[in-house]
Amino acid sequence: MKNRILASLRDAIQAAGLKDGMTVSFHHHLRNGDFVLDMVMREIAALGIKDIRVSASSIFNAHKILVDLAKEEVVTAIDTNYMSGAVPEAISKGLLSKPVMFRSHGGRPRAIEEGSLKIDVAFIAAPTVDRFGNVSGAYGPSACGTLGYPQADAEFADKVVVVTDNIVDYGLEKIAISQANIDFIVKVDRIGDPKGIVSGTTQMTRDPVALRIAEYAAKTIEAAGLLNEGFNFQTGAGGASLATAAFVRERMKEKKLQGGYLLGGVTGYFVNMLEEGTFRDIYDVQCFDLPAIASLARNAHHHEITASQYANPNKKSCFVNGLDAVLLGATEIDENFNVNVHTNSNNVIIGGSGGHADAAFGANLTIIVAPLLRARLPIVVEKVGVVSTPGDTVDVLVTEYGVTPNPRRPELIQQCREEGLPVIPMEELRKMAITMAGEPLVKPAGTRVIADVEYRDGRIIDQITI
Amino acid sequence: MPKRRTMLFVPGNNPGMLISAPILGADCVIFDLEDAVAQNEKDAACILVGNALNNLNFGSVEAVVRINGLDTPFWRSDIAAIVSKNLSTVLVPKCDSPELVCELAAALAEEEDNKGLESGSISIMSIVESAIAVENCFQIAKSHPRMSGLLLGAEDLTADLCATRTLSGEEIAYARGRVVVAARAAGIDAIDTPFTNVDNHEGLRTDAALGKQMGFSGKALISPAHVRIVRAIFSPSSSEIDWATKIMAATEQAKIDGKGAFSVDGAMVDGPIIKRAQRILTVAEA
Repeated sequence: MKNRILASLRDAIQAAGLKDGMTVSFHHHLRNGDFVLDMVMREIAALGIKDIRVSASSIFNAHKILVDLAKEEVVTAIDTNYMSGAVPEAISKGLLSKPVMFRSHGGRPRAIEEGSLKIDVAFIAAPTVDRFGNVSGAYGPSACGTLGYPQADAEFADKVVVVTDNIVDYGLEKIAISQANIDFIVKVDRIGDPKGIVSGTTQMTRDPVALRIAEYAAKTIEAAGLLNEGFNFQTGAGGASLATAAFVRERMKEKKLQGGYLLGGVTGYFVNMLEEGTFRDIYDVQCFDLPAIASLARNAHHHEITASQYANPNKKSCFVNGLDAVLLGATEIDENFNVNVHTNSNNVIIGGSGGHADAAFGANLTIIVAPLLRARLPIVVEKVGVVSTPGDTVDVLVTEYGVTPNPRRPELIQQCREEGLPVIPMEELRKMAITMAGEPLVKPAGTRVIADVEYRDGRIIDQITI
Repeated sequence: MPKRRTMLFVPGNNPGMLISAPILGADCVIFDLEDAVAQNEKDAACILVGNALNNLNFGSVEAVVRINGLDTPFWRSDIAAIVSKNLSTVLVPKCDSPELVCELAAALAEEEDNKGLESGSISIMSIVESAIAVENCFQIAKSHPRMSGLLLGAEDLTADLCATRTLSGEEIAYARGRVVVAARAAGIDAIDTPFTNVDNHEGLRTDAALGKQMGFSGKALISPAHVRIVRAIFSPSSSEIDWATKIMAATEQAKIDGKGAFSVDGAMVDGPIIKRAQRILTVAEA
């Protein structure tokens, strides 16, 4: 088709041939500012189409329309890597009769590429698109930076619809998704609210507990002998993670080292470390703030990568496998170092793996950072409610009380002791938590499965029940 | 003798901060029942701090409680709630005379007895925060065997002196010197006043270094963010540790050789030098 620009979402849905029982997909680069999933799903409902499976790389509160559409049986299945807000809350109460499929950021493109997740129509929110269909996230009023997640959708979906609020003629410098894969383009007023897409800048925490954890985590990396020239690192934007990056940065400057690459979701703090030369490159699958977006558009060492390049286990190479260290969080961790990032202690879904299991598998040193107690609840439990990341891919837990290496890494126990870090065995740590908070009641497992947790390689490793 | 390089104030009515107090890196935590706690929360703070002392693991961290002043109706119930095996020291505010120390010591003895604790197990530190306390500080320091330190409280003192509090602190120079001399003369710790600007880390460094130079054992802190900086300043440097190690080795050798006087690197070594070397090594072990 020579002109692929259609007048409305309704035209695009019809042109794509969407029918009852099909699968549609979305990406989450616009995060909680996304308008596209909402407007597309409303239109699908208005067309009277039913029994749709929604495959969204993540789901936020901005997507709460899914609750109503599930009640109306427009949506009957959800396939995602992460969920927060009203949708998982309703699912945890039994909204859907079919279990949700939880995947990881690397597992999702694997499933799409191998055909186990078949997408009929992909709707790609595009901050900028040229009239040929080339898509970029780096420019436009709703710029979100990289577009790492929908690449597999664009390549493997039967039909691909680009939804944008910014069409340019041609000449985009950064192209994330090629025109070769695009069937239709629809222009709407706004694809998202910039306030929900990214934060201005990510602030460094002042919480003394988070800073204590960060200090220990940074020392653990050094104790493990990893803080060398070319050190490759991934960390999140949360309090203790970002603060660890600050301690690591300080040590790298003292030791006059230049790291290799920073990986993952990218913040302005990463950009600072790149620009001052503390690290050589950034491989960016998702931008978290405005400085990250600006850097992507101007710095040749700030590279846009796809979720597949980031962590697809079926690829011959992916970037997580080159990580020296990664910092990850946990809602719970158990005596076998299994980590839960899917549910809270009341068995309500509050998250998902995202890249958790992927990075834990790939990194040489996987560090879980978490306070020993959240409010009045210990994070160390006898058995996690849900295994999101298997304990054999976790090397050490760092809390404000010290470091708890996985016994499968005996040399790490020794290295931490030599560094003067307080080393606390898991059983002892759990006892400490119980002494302070008491043994919490455990909600008994139910019989109805509301979600399957797929490991990155395709195995179902756990289920969430009510 | 406990190491008191960093003594961190923690509000007694904040459960989240109480529970994390032992892990913030300070040598001592001071649970505050006095100025940080509003009048209508005094009883709640008292119960919280009592529970924290009974249930938290302090490891090598010294647990101190700042009770309410002896001129208030709260201090006796404070003592009843906090005396326990984990409590190391009671910090008494607005303590202007040796008699007040003795009154507190008697109450502590009674409570230790009630709880079946060893008599005299809990020490006292007093805050020097008025003109009269500065003038009396040696008498206060040696008023009772329980006395283990003097802490300078510059904010209240400056008000009492009708002086202006400045960053450079000339107005408290005399009080600083007086507190150090009195404490050292009585063989107890001298703790410098807190630096009250949380975000001015350069100012904190300068202020802490001045305290160290003047002879203070450590510094009181009002923010966990100050711990790392002040701990580094009050910890011996590697050259100090090398020197002290050498002195102690030579002292041992002199004992074996039966020598009374000896020298190291051409300098005479005698009692005070050995004492200083011992103190450096004790602090360095932290």
